[in-house]
Amino acid sequence: MELASAQVIGAGIAAIGVGAAAAGVGFVFGSFLQGALRNPAAAGSQTGTLYIGFAAAELLGLMAFAVAMIILYAR
Amino acid sequence: MAGPAKIDPMHQFQITSLGGGELQASPFMFTNSALWMLIVLAVIVAFMWGGTKRQLVPGRWQTAVEMLTGFLENVTRQSIGPEGRKYLPWVFTAFVFILAANWIGAMPFGIVPGAHPFTVTSQFTVTGTMSIISFAIVLGVGFWKHGLHFFSLFVPKGTPFILTLLIAPIEFVSFMVRPFSLGLRPFIAMFAGHILLEVFGNFVVQGLNAGGPMGYGISLLAFLFVAFVSALELLVGAIQAFVFALLTALYINDAVNLH
Repeated sequence: MELASAQVIGAGIAAIGVGAAAAGVGFVFGSFLQGALRNPAAAGSQTGTLYIGFAAAELLGLMAFAVAMIILYAR
Repeated sequence: MAGPAKIDPMHQFQITSLGGGELQASPFMFTNSALWMLIVLAVIVAFMWGGTKRQLVPGRWQTAVEMLTGFLENVTRQSIGPEGRKYLPWVFTAFVFILAANWIGAMPFGIVPGAHPFTVTSQFTVTGTMSIISFAIVLGVGFWKHGLHFFSLFVPKGTPFILTLLIAPIEFVSFMVRPFSLGLRPFIAMFAGHILLEVFGNFVVQGLNAGGPMGYGISLLAFLFVAFVSALELLVGAIQAFVFALLTALYINDAVNLH
């Protein structure tokens, strides 16, 4: 297999991680909304935790994207 | 598909010397990274200096600075407690530096020919150094306040002895990974965001070059996407700065209030 085609295939496989991170971020916000609608009074104090969870899930997706781009363009 | 025009999204992260030829061999080069760090510093100093004139009736500027300081004081007080004020200077410094660097790096200075905006926080050396400072504060405060008792951080209270053998190594590893994950987060967010902007900016140009309804359509779509991602970049820059400050405060809380 040529290097260029292997690069493109590898980048495509690496990009799967971005979709997985999208599911993770959706789960974080969805769970927060579920909890917040049950107890709106406690929701305001938990936004800090929400953003920590968001950042933790987002980081892995960004890493997958960066890996895909490095495979594609760095040589 | 490799088009005729080579896309090189890594080029924007290259550190080059601005000092001239004879300085090449010296480790004390004045680089574009250093220049943009100084610009970030100048912006922060101007912002804080303009807002701390202690007017009796605060104007808009002073209100902005007071909101910023009040917000971060709130973060430290909520995570560390009344003792948190002592650690406010570092939390404030980290937040404001990362925020200013992220936002200045996302500004469209590139429309001025020859001006290359450089995002300082897209280098792991910068964010990694900041996370090591946070980690050093945690270690210093922990050992200063609790002595060797600080090691009980690795053993949650009320753990049976058998479980301790299992939990202590896990807690130790998760503690030692903190500086890496802390520094990696703002770095990778800026890195990935700027690559995304560069790649889709290239799609705009390639679509215009290709011409035809298809080319112009793709160009328009890519342009809208770039505009959307630029807005997202501002949000992500703020969230990453906030997360860095919040996690630093939480880690210091571990060291100050040992369980």
